[in-house]
Amino acid sequence: MTATTHDHAHHAAEATGFKRWLVTTNHKDIGSMYLLFSLAMFLVGGAMALVIRAELFQPGLQLVDPYFFNQMTTMHALVMIFGAVMPAFTGLANWMIPLMVGAPDMALPRMNNWSFWLLPFGFAVLLSTLFMPGGGPAGGWTMYPPLMLQTGTAFPFVIFAIHILGISSIMGSINVVATILNMRAPGMTLMKMPLFVWTWLITAYLMIAVMPVLAGAITMLLTDQYFGTTFFSAAGGGDPVLYQHIFWFFGHPEVYILILPAFGIVSTIIPAFARKPLFGYSSMVYATASIAFLSFIVWAHHMFTVGMPLAGQLFFMYATMLIAVPTGVKVFNWVATMWRGAMTFETPMLFALAFVFLFTIGGFSGLMLAIAPADYQYHDTYFVVAHFHYVLVTGAVFAILAAAYYWLPKWTGHMYSERLGKAHFWLSTISVNVLFFPQHFLGLAGMPRRIPDYSVQFADWNMISSIGGFAFGFSQLIFVWLLIKCIRGGEKAEARAWEGAEGLEWEVPSPAPHHTFDTPPVVR
Amino acid sequence: MAQAESGYYVPHGSNWPIIGSVGLTSLVIGIALYLEGMGLGLWVMGAGGALLIYMVWGWFADVIRESVGGLYSAQVDRSLRWGMIWFIFSEIMFFGAFFGALFYARFLSVPWLGGEDPATSRVLWDSALLAWPTAGPGNLGLDWKPMGPWPLPTINTLILLTSGVTLTVAHHALKENNRRRLITFMWMTIALGLAFICLQAYEYYEAYAHLNLRLDTGIYGSTFFMLTGFHGVHVLLGTIMLIVITLRCMKGHFEADSHFGYEATAWYWHFVDVVWLGLYVFVYIM
Repeated sequence: MTATTHDHAHHAAEATGFKRWLVTTNHKDIGSMYLLFSLAMFLVGGAMALVIRAELFQPGLQLVDPYFFNQMTTMHALVMIFGAVMPAFTGLANWMIPLMVGAPDMALPRMNNWSFWLLPFGFAVLLSTLFMPGGGPAGGWTMYPPLMLQTGTAFPFVIFAIHILGISSIMGSINVVATILNMRAPGMTLMKMPLFVWTWLITAYLMIAVMPVLAGAITMLLTDQYFGTTFFSAAGGGDPVLYQHIFWFFGHPEVYILILPAFGIVSTIIPAFARKPLFGYSSMVYATASIAFLSFIVWAHHMFTVGMPLAGQLFFMYATMLIAVPTGVKVFNWVATMWRGAMTFETPMLFALAFVFLFTIGGFSGLMLAIAPADYQYHDTYFVVAHFHYVLVTGAVFAILAAAYYWLPKWTGHMYSERLGKAHFWLSTISVNVLFFPQHFLGLAGMPRRIPDYSVQFADWNMISSIGGFAFGFSQLIFVWLLIKCIRGGEKAEARAWEGAEGLEWEVPSPAPHHTFDTPPVVR
Repeated sequence: MAQAESGYYVPHGSNWPIIGSVGLTSLVIGIALYLEGMGLGLWVMGAGGALLIYMVWGWFADVIRESVGGLYSAQVDRSLRWGMIWFIFSEIMFFGAFFGALFYARFLSVPWLGGEDPATSRVLWDSALLAWPTAGPGNLGLDWKPMGPWPLPTINTLILLTSGVTLTVAHHALKENNRRRLITFMWMTIALGLAFICLQAYEYYEAYAHLNLRLDTGIYGSTFFMLTGFHGVHVLLGTIMLIVITLRCMKGHFEADSHFGYEATAWYWHFVDVVWLGLYVFVYIM
């Protein structure tokens, strides 16, 4: 297959076998590696979540040591955020952005390879800390001092692993920005770009802006630990709360990094299966930009309980509530797109629809958490856990799954099994609600997060949540099985695999040839 | 503006990224081992660092070869420009974290901790009285002095500002194809950069030897040394970049109308220059 696409002399020197994947500069190869890496990390992080849910199945300490439990909560978050969701989006960006804007490849192809290959190395370092004397990091993924400074041998390895993952993200984002700004086909003006490209442009900007801030924060942790600086120690005039401010200045834009590309995916899929153009395209662009701007001025809503001046609490409370406006615009536009559309419900559309419903639930609980006085009650309870899992699992992960189903025919050249896809969707959607909805009740009743044992009054909902957790976890194996089947064979996909699909990516054959748009298409 | 021409150069297969990944990972594992008290770490760190330098050397050699070989269109040039601009932006944000720490300590946490509101201060730290510059309530009675703006930092400011001028003169010389003036002014810029680094090192010596100002002198020492230290590392890197670019100029590289490598280095140098002005105002003067 690849031999037929060697249309230039310099393509002939391409490596084969395993080496091909080490040295490749092709955006489709690199995109595939990102996506498969992300899937592997999703399963690793999922296994950690199942350890957590197994321990919480009943009150009391049954299965794991509490310290190991804390390592699991910490690592689960780091793996899912930096290993599963972010690489999945970068993989989708790699595969789809050049196809969507009519570019021959990413703007900086060699750096693209480096962005990817730093990830497995970074995660090898991070995951190896679980086996070090004193175990892995156990103070939560936010790594607050002074607790984080009590980590054993693992401490500097965790810090440097996150530095490596940050470098990877920054380079990946620079590549996306350069590609979008410089590689568009003639006629592809900014306001003609598919919304997935727009959301990624804004996401990449956020990443370039905040990943270095995270690097600064954890560098201060490192020097506090080993070189006697006192950024986070009151004895030296520093303040542990300073870390929280710097961390969340990164952390809040980070949560939009985890969701904006999902908005782009849903805005691509809903019009395709409603067979109507997206309602309010330009308002979607402005809403995305507004959310990105607001994300920089809301960080302290993660720390209402640390003791902040009243003016600070009010500012961060109102700024946070303001985010509901552009987000509301988006949800309205998705619904308006479907209004009187000729809808069909293939698996990508099902996941996109579930996204609209369930992400909105997560949005509403976020609005509840934004209210400073109410947050005093919810802070660090399972209500927060329920909130961010609604936006990250039924939000980000569901959008990624929707994207995978939507573009699998383009990647593999085969249609996936719709029967397995629907089974995956229904099992996932039901079980994920069994898993996370009861956690709202637990949190409102006062169950704290990040604990291996709990008071007996929380037993029933925890048991139900754990049952949902295992059902959701094992449902994902259907997706793995479907994926293997789809890669190996299946009904041949047409160039335009979906009747209502629009965009340049559907103009090239399925599977997309190794090199596409060597000569840019003209967009009218 | 962003119209694609056909024939965008896409390199096919490169060993450098994977070498860089192994190098960078070894480097940080080495440092981590060393910090955890394992002497072996220094060897691992050295090996990783050497590999990383080899990678940078080889990667840039490839890029230069391709560029000189005429493979890069104007569009490739624009990609490189966007890449450098956003890289510098990410560096600015990295410094932003440390400036943020400085402002937070000076204007919020130290006043809260140190008696602006006696009730709060009593709860937080035994009614300690603090005012910037401070080494914190745990170091009261420690005999040390802060670093003032005169004379070394002011001289250093003038040196860096002058280096920005000489670099711009050199750039104009390059555009006018005046190689002699280009190389002369490049070496002047490098000399100014080296002078800055030497004076900065001397300032650190002064701080440790005569002011008893150290990295562990509370929040003042932390912010002072981390901000000026990271800046110094960037000046060092910028000077190395200038030296490489100057040697390339002497070998006859770069055209009057095509010299992105040169420009990227110049941008980087101006960036460290601007960061220094921030430091001069907020760390030394105010």
